[in-house]
Amino acid sequence: MGTYLLRRLLIAVPSLLGISIVLYTVLALAPGDPFGEMLLNPNVPPEVVQNLRRQFGLDDPIWLRYFHWLAAMLKGQWGFSFISRIDVDRLILQRLPVTLAVIGLSQVLALLIALPVGIYSAARPYSWFDRIASTLAFVGFSLPTFFTGLLLILLFSIKLDWLPFVYRADLSATGWQWWWEEIKQSIMPIAVLGLFQGASWTRYVRSSMLDVIRLDYVTTARSKGLRERTVVLKHVVRNAMIPVVTLVALTMPQVFGGAVVTEQIFRVPGIGSLLIDAIQRNDTPVVMAVTFVFACLVIAFNLIADLLYGWLDPRISYR
Amino acid sequence: MQTTGVRRRRSTSPWAEAWRRFKRHRLAVVGIVVILLMIAMVTIGPLLWKVQINDIDFGARLQTPTATHPFGTDDLGQDLLARMLSGGRISISVGLSAMLMAMVVGVAIGAVAGISRGAIDAALMWVTDLFLSLPLLPLLLILTYLFRDALKSAFGPEVGIFILVVTVIGAFGWMPVARLVRAQFFSLREKEFVEAARALGASVPRQVVRHILPNALGPVIVAGTINVAAAILLESTLSFLGLGFPPDVPTWGRILFDSKEYLDIAPHWALFPGTAIFLTVLCINFVGDGLRDALDPRKVL
Repeated sequence: MGTYLLRRLLIAVPSLLGISIVLYTVLALAPGDPFGEMLLNPNVPPEVVQNLRRQFGLDDPIWLRYFHWLAAMLKGQWGFSFISRIDVDRLILQRLPVTLAVIGLSQVLALLIALPVGIYSAARPYSWFDRIASTLAFVGFSLPTFFTGLLLILLFSIKLDWLPFVYRADLSATGWQWWWEEIKQSIMPIAVLGLFQGASWTRYVRSSMLDVIRLDYVTTARSKGLRERTVVLKHVVRNAMIPVVTLVALTMPQVFGGAVVTEQIFRVPGIGSLLIDAIQRNDTPVVMAVTFVFACLVIAFNLIADLLYGWLDPRISYR
Repeated sequence: MQTTGVRRRRSTSPWAEAWRRFKRHRLAVVGIVVILLMIAMVTIGPLLWKVQINDIDFGARLQTPTATHPFGTDDLGQDLLARMLSGGRISISVGLSAMLMAMVVGVAIGAVAGISRGAIDAALMWVTDLFLSLPLLPLLLILTYLFRDALKSAFGPEVGIFILVVTVIGAFGWMPVARLVRAQFFSLREKEFVEAARALGASVPRQVVRHILPNALGPVIVAGTINVAAAILLESTLSFLGLGFPPDVPTWGRILFDSKEYLDIAPHWALFPGTAIFLTVLCINFVGDGLRDALDPRKVL
């Protein structure tokens, strides 16, 4: 397992480099000087711009500029946000935990939906339960997150007045009251993201289960006299999860996209809403840094998927 | 294309066979009818419903649906039906154009990788995997943010943003297609009929274009259908975040973006465009599912 982890880590390095090259190319291809706006901004002293130009190495040859930029990015020197008047890395560190919590909890919710529903559907294919679940899954991943968000706000905040529709980072309550308020304001963002993800995963789980349940070793397990429950839960599920893990890892970029939208709708102060704010205010250092963080998160989640993969199918880690 | 042997009548072409299988998927048939209706509505609708999309009427602000404004009005008293019809044109054409672009790039890259194998294949697949692991939405946002002004000044606000959105969405939608095409090429290039063509002296381009590609089309069409839905969703997302089309070009996502501040007093304003996006995407997904049953007997996810 140790060498396997090391190998996966080594494979992650080129993809990080690749992503950084793509990001840098985008930045380099962009018309105009990304720091041009600052030169016109009277609030920014010219020596700061000069410093930034040097820090991002805008006066060097292009390959050197790339390496300088990459080194700065990796060291966490992401520049200074002129809107928030704070270092970008500190700004992101303030915002990151909220995003990770929302994404993490919504993924847990998605799993809690997708696993039981997908497994039960596959155990009784084309039954009523399966048909209703499949149709609902279709509806679920065709409903865009921004529309689900608005619908939930309309129903639970405006019509029923149960839940607040704006997420507040500065709750005045303390103790249990604080937790209660926090839960109330987090339900909708998590539900929006979790339901969407859960719907598409249900389909993955179901189809992967159906592929495995036909295999000979499952028939063997049944003819040994094992109970159907044991056959499905112990023998089928584990093998069926292997392709699901891959697919889930592949949809990770999409999850982060959904997080950006959700944070924007509910004004959750995470890095997604930070990105939108920064774009609307032309805060280039923040925009670049947040995108870079998102890229790193995608790679991190891919690594986790690889590890899960190795645990589910031990053969992989010995290959 | 698999045939059912005995039951198969002599004159059935593969396409008729595919249509027969497609018809069995009832929701897919409903889906395609709804989509055709929507396309018809947005193409001829603006010719029949002659209200201008930017007729401002402060006397009729935020009205709920009435006879004069069947979909109600927005905060400037603009007619929502007219805006929805014109926005649907843009949303649907963005979806189709972005899909076409993703298809062309995907088929080209997949075909080159599948036919050449070796180092070229490895390099192309590395690029494909790299693109698959890029954080899509943040990159789309960054690209529109960085290139918006340049394209606006070059082609005018509407066409410029259209080109930008289509290019950007298409440029990030080709990867699944490329992988599919490559996988198809790997199995097809070893088949007897391709070997026969090779033995007869067919050049590599001829083998690809005449023999391999037509047989690889089934899954590609399915992927293309799903791609249209994804592109429409992405465009709506960009517009919903206020970073897609400008306010005077009312795509469905843009209308939704404008409506969200008035959700409490004018919910109809958000419900119409939201439902339109949802219905379009849902129907396209159903059609894609039906096409998968019809064209892709292996039923890969």
